[in-house]
Amino acid sequence: MNLEASTQQLSYIANQASDARVNIELETEGMTLNLGPQHPATHGTLRIIVRLDGEQVVSADPVMGYMHRGYEKLTEVRTYPQVTTLVNRIDWLGSFANEVPFILAAERLMEVEAPPRAQWIRTALFELSRIANVVLFLGDMAVQLGATTPVFYAFRDREFVLNQIESVTGGRFHPNFDRIGGIKDDLPKGWIQETKDVLVRIRSFCDEMQDLVVGNEIFQTRTRGIGIIPADIGLSYGLSGANIRSSGVDWDLRRDGGVGLIHDQLDWKVWTHPDGDSFARYWVRLQEVRESCKMVDQILDGIPSGPIMAKVPRIIKVPPGEAYVETENPLGIMGYYIVSKGDLVPYRVKIRSASFNNVSITPWVLKGVYVPDVISILASLYFILGDIDR
Amino acid sequence: MTIFNLAIELAYWQQTIIRSVLGLVAVLLPAGTLVYLYLFKMMSFMQSRLGPMEAGPYGSLQLLAEVGKFLQKEDLFPRTADRVVFKAAPFVVLASTFLLVLVLPAGPDAWFINIDTGVFFALAVSSISVIGILMAGWGSSSKYSLIGGLRAAGQLVAYELPLVLALMGVVIQAGTLNVQEIVLAQANGEIFGWGGIGNPFLITQFLGFMIFLVAVQAELTQPPFDMPVAESEIVTGYLTEYTGMRFLLFFIGEFATAGIFSALAATFFLGGWYIPGLDPTDNLFNLIGPLVLVGKMLLVSFLIFWFRFTYPRFREDQLQQLAWKVLVPLSLVNIVATGVLKVVF
Amino acid sequence: MSSPDTTEEEVVEESIEPQEDLIIDEERDAFVESIQKDLGSDLIGSHVVPQIDVWIRVTQKAWLETARVLFEKYEMSFFNFLSAIDWKPSPFGREMDAAIDNTDDNEMGIESEMEWGVTGGETRFQLLARVHNPVTNIGINVKADLESEFPEVDTWIPVYPGANWHEREVMEMFGISFTNHPNMVNLYLPTEFEGHPLRKDFPLLSRRAKPWPGIVDVELMPGEDDDETEESGEET
Repeated sequence: MNLEASTQQLSYIANQASDARVNIELETEGMTLNLGPQHPATHGTLRIIVRLDGEQVVSADPVMGYMHRGYEKLTEVRTYPQVTTLVNRIDWLGSFANEVPFILAAERLMEVEAPPRAQWIRTALFELSRIANVVLFLGDMAVQLGATTPVFYAFRDREFVLNQIESVTGGRFHPNFDRIGGIKDDLPKGWIQETKDVLVRIRSFCDEMQDLVVGNEIFQTRTRGIGIIPADIGLSYGLSGANIRSSGVDWDLRRDGGVGLIHDQLDWKVWTHPDGDSFARYWVRLQEVRESCKMVDQILDGIPSGPIMAKVPRIIKVPPGEAYVETENPLGIMGYYIVSKGDLVPYRVKIRSASFNNVSITPWVLKGVYVPDVISILASLYFILGDIDR
Repeated sequence: MTIFNLAIELAYWQQTIIRSVLGLVAVLLPAGTLVYLYLFKMMSFMQSRLGPMEAGPYGSLQLLAEVGKFLQKEDLFPRTADRVVFKAAPFVVLASTFLLVLVLPAGPDAWFINIDTGVFFALAVSSISVIGILMAGWGSSSKYSLIGGLRAAGQLVAYELPLVLALMGVVIQAGTLNVQEIVLAQANGEIFGWGGIGNPFLITQFLGFMIFLVAVQAELTQPPFDMPVAESEIVTGYLTEYTGMRFLLFFIGEFATAGIFSALAATFFLGGWYIPGLDPTDNLFNLIGPLVLVGKMLLVSFLIFWFRFTYPRFREDQLQQLAWKVLVPLSLVNIVATGVLKVVF
Repeated sequence: MSSPDTTEEEVVEESIEPQEDLIIDEERDAFVESIQKDLGSDLIGSHVVPQIDVWIRVTQKAWLETARVLFEKYEMSFFNFLSAIDWKPSPFGREMDAAIDNTDDNEMGIESEMEWGVTGGETRFQLLARVHNPVTNIGINVKADLESEFPEVDTWIPVYPGANWHEREVMEMFGISFTNHPNMVNLYLPTEFEGHPLRKDFPLLSRRAKPWPGIVDVELMPGEDDDETEESGEET
């Protein structure tokens, strides 16, 4: 809290100072630096207009929309099964997880429930897409801080996870596999054993990152105490997922959400960190990958037999009503508010994506930090451009 | 005795040509070796990939392909760039590299120049590159370049001091500023009366060696000290606006300087061209000396590149703190201790 | 699901799923009653789906006050999202094979009457926001009717700073502006963009240029044989 106050105070002073200087002739005015939209550190096309005083940030103003695809409008002219194709592209690193809350919301309106086997497979893929997503973060954060090697390890090991997702769904990036009332296909032969082997790899990858990145002194100096987000500020900005858990908020929708996934039948732990800084965000995500491995392992051991599809009509019409379903996606809470009027198409879909809220805190958190920290904070907040712009 | 003694009998212009060619070789060969061996191959193996494999056996001709690519590229200028400064900057940086190579002795008679203030000369010319980098940062008229250039200037000035101070221990122990004589001092030295391996200053000046390595790493703006060219925040700093040939010059400058600094470290701390067990005045050393020096250089630069591929980067203020609060006091302590011990023994 | 409950006195929820035996969600019921006391006549309607979710509808002038009450009294500290719904039926029909589109009139069955969702409604635009209490794990959807074609409403930023970008998005997409918002400019769209894309009367040009062909290729349900379904076409 003290640090937060001092950050704010600092930025206030910096503001005052830059304002005062404008009135003096021959002033050294602040510099406006335009980070992006084509910038190596923004994973896509986010643009941040940073006003600098020396190397210190006076104000940061993210500008987006370079990749806005209008999904909320497009969903109004797509049938419910077609919408999953769209929402796959929101968070493209953990695509399958995007489909899940939408399908769950539609299922809630239709009052159908997927059979147990479908739910278990769904959860397994949900967690695998989390691993595929966050593993890349674990490497990418290091490369943003200048260590080139971890990201190659991340790409190497993520490949195996993608292979497993591909062998079930047929798609590496955009599975489009979830269906209202179940899933499209059953698991292929030998998949369970292969996935277990992959999980061993991912675990050793996590240990590697623990040694190579978390244990690295320079990494710690660069991230500890940088970009501190107190819990109450984070909540009021709508931060979610690992970002808010690393501020000490013990809240995970997989445990508390009560939606139609089977996380409550598994033995796992919600990790939190009291610090709320960049290091905490990295650390919590590292632990979450480990927990996901644990969960997938248990799921692989316990998948029940049975059908994978509930009885649903061939042409899906969703009864009138409204429903909001959110799940704990790799990037944070993702939810769909569906308004149905009883048609083939939704009347209105509000997509609540995690990164949009996660990034909306940047003007607050970037005030008063140094330029290099802008990068480490942005990297640790972990956003996907498609998830911001939708 | 050797080609160098032979050269004395040649005309001045002939000597000049031979020296220029040898100078080019001494700068370009280490640079190429380092890029291929470490940047292409070692880095790839550390990152569980193969690196270039197509051009030549094991990608050994990749370097030529890269040079060819850069030479083909258009020489672009930003519209608002300060043209003269922008054009001159890479040459200033490269000039520093070429001047630096002059003081390196590669054998008892194999040297470009043999001056009594060799160490002083080396440290002086190595700082010229700061001017080149500042010129590049300013001349590009890009904010990223300017920030990068200023950061680089601040960093190079800060690490110049530990670099100099770390060598002072060596100078005190050898009792001379002449690089050749420092090598001979190590070759003829004894460790408590045992002269089996001479007395490489690595042993007595280990602290100095470590400080020197860290400072060199910073002078080269390599990770963990690559804040001036941090690609994830200021694109590539002062290199942002450079393309083609001029970028290539900067690139050569960077790696050649890495090689020469490693060779300097090898000379000051590992005994230079000398290998234990032989007579340092042996004529043989004029032949194998350069090879020995390159071998030791590769050893030292292995360390530099190992750090480079492993560590994330320091922030600019943390990096300044490391220089002023840790390295400078440590090297001062080293100087005092060396001085006292020198008097005592 | 349920019919809207618009009279302000009876805010008691109806049980909506008729096939379930009246699950009573006392926690959420008590919650709604309590809000009713706090907001008084500004709370127009409410709706509870037991064990799942709560909706309330408030007046336009109580929009900010609602946020304040939810934040301070009920510790709804997590800001989830803020958006809007345009209830005026699209002049272009419902775009898909809805029954209303398939009338033989030239006029492609255009609806003109508005139908509202849960908690009902009176005006074309409804604000929709959701906040959440991470401790008790109860979330609430708040709706508010907005007067006029280009409504103005108080910003939520004093209570939930995270509403900043959401309100900018609503502004450009729906043409609803927020008073006292510090930076009321477009978020996604270019500054000179005309129109408000998420309004129902904003045409989606690609669909105008090439109408939807109808459901032509329905994939088989797992376990279904080909002969079971004789035709894979429209059965609307």
